[in-house]
Amino acid sequence: MVIRTQTPDLRYSDVTPKGVYLNRRRFLATALAAPLIAPGLARATNKLTGISKSPFSTTEQATALDAVTSYNNFYEFGTGKDEPVVKAKNFRTSPWEVSLEGEVMKPKTLDLDALMKLAPLEERIFRHRCVEGWSFVIPWVGFPLSALLKQVEPTSKAKYVAFQSYYDPKQMLSSREAHIQFPYVEGLRIDEAMHPLATLSIGVYGETLPPQNGAPFRLTLPWKYGFKSIKSIVKIRFVEKQPPTTWNLEWGEAYGFYANVNPGVDHPTHSQATEVRLGEGRFGSKIRTQIFNGYNQVAGLYTLLDLKKNY
Amino acid sequence: MKKFWLSLWTKALLFALCLAPFLRLLWRIYRGDLTANPIEFITHTTGDWTIRFLMITLAITPLRAVLNQPQLIRFRRMLGLFAFFYACSHFATWFWLDKSFDVHEMWDDIVKRRFITVGMAGLLLMAPLAVTSTAGWVRRLGFRRWQLLHRLIYFTALAGVIHYYWLVKSDIRPPLRYAAVLAVLMLLRLAVMVKKKAANSARKPVPANI
Repeated sequence: MVIRTQTPDLRYSDVTPKGVYLNRRRFLATALAAPLIAPGLARATNKLTGISKSPFSTTEQATALDAVTSYNNFYEFGTGKDEPVVKAKNFRTSPWEVSLEGEVMKPKTLDLDALMKLAPLEERIFRHRCVEGWSFVIPWVGFPLSALLKQVEPTSKAKYVAFQSYYDPKQMLSSREAHIQFPYVEGLRIDEAMHPLATLSIGVYGETLPPQNGAPFRLTLPWKYGFKSIKSIVKIRFVEKQPPTTWNLEWGEAYGFYANVNPGVDHPTHSQATEVRLGEGRFGSKIRTQIFNGYNQVAGLYTLLDLKKNY
Repeated sequence: MKKFWLSLWTKALLFALCLAPFLRLLWRIYRGDLTANPIEFITHTTGDWTIRFLMITLAITPLRAVLNQPQLIRFRRMLGLFAFFYACSHFATWFWLDKSFDVHEMWDDIVKRRFITVGMAGLLLMAPLAVTSTAGWVRRLGFRRWQLLHRLIYFTALAGVIHYYWLVKSDIRPPLRYAAVLAVLMLLRLAVMVKKKAANSARKPVPANI
């Protein structure tokens, strides 16, 4: 007989200070308000089950859930980082469809249920480096992006993948208010998109994504600056030429197409040599930024590229 | 009204009001209530109050004329010194929390990043004004020269607005709002000056007492 002396799984309560894992007050408020909220509207996050651990995960301490869900760049819901958590509260994410089109053999439109069944869910604890110089460690839940992309059988002409976020001016800011063009668009070279680290995230901290984090699903590209990880995706188009990307259109010197984390290439307003890991100590801790955010397994994608020119 | 402006209580109350944002910030630091990005929050808070106090200080001269309340001059030095105080805490936040007292790194930033260059220039221009803000220095320099020196604050305010404009990522409305406020304050000054000149020249025909 085997006597199990300890539970094999590391719990969130083990890696995150008690009390911050779940903001108790917010949890109580949600629990009390739940019966009053119409289904589909302000849907609280749901627990995800059957999640396996990814070998790509870092062992660094995850940033508190409260910080991850209250400090967001999601310009559709406000240009201040404290705004999306408030303004995205009633964001309608169901029903939801994503269409895959362009240079593919089998164009397809998938709803959320179909998408969730594409691959087994993994927990991927990734470093998240924002181009602004701060970083989080986030336990995402999702699966490889390639599992979705392979569904439509891209042709040999599919050199790039263009992504587009949902945009509804009734629920979101106008381009004029946000000072960037909507809908938000992003793009990857097809080999980047097919890399096992490129993740399609549908949850965080074991629950479905809250709206301010890009519900119902988003990209997570841990070796690139955060703005590449496009949120709330509705369209994926396979194309021959490099597609336009939102922040690159806005300010090309600051935001390149590749946007790989690179301590050697400065942003016009600040050095990228260091970053502040938020949630550590009173003021966060200053750490050295690593090339590709420490994910060196992607280096092979860029051997032919001058990273200083293709920032 | 005159009595109210001249009361020591009014000055004390204003001093407390000016210090309140700083005390509130200290309280939030003590409580750890600083958003997910504490350094950014402290930097933005001290920076916001610097530019606000610069504008408030610059508003005193036109307000005296427009409201016909010349006694407001009593508060100008204090307000200007508070602008300098918040500017210093803004700089200290950056040098301490952001640059960890690394002089080399700080110098690198000043040389490389134009928004920091112009921000530092604005701060440095304020330093002689803070030093010579006392009545003793007005006497030593003579009022004319003292006044000329203290016009540097126009450049500091302009530097503050440009500093803000150059650092924002996409939404340029907040720095533009300060640019508009500064423009109005400068135009009001100009209007007051023109009016004074007209009044002076109107008095000219009266022969001077020898």
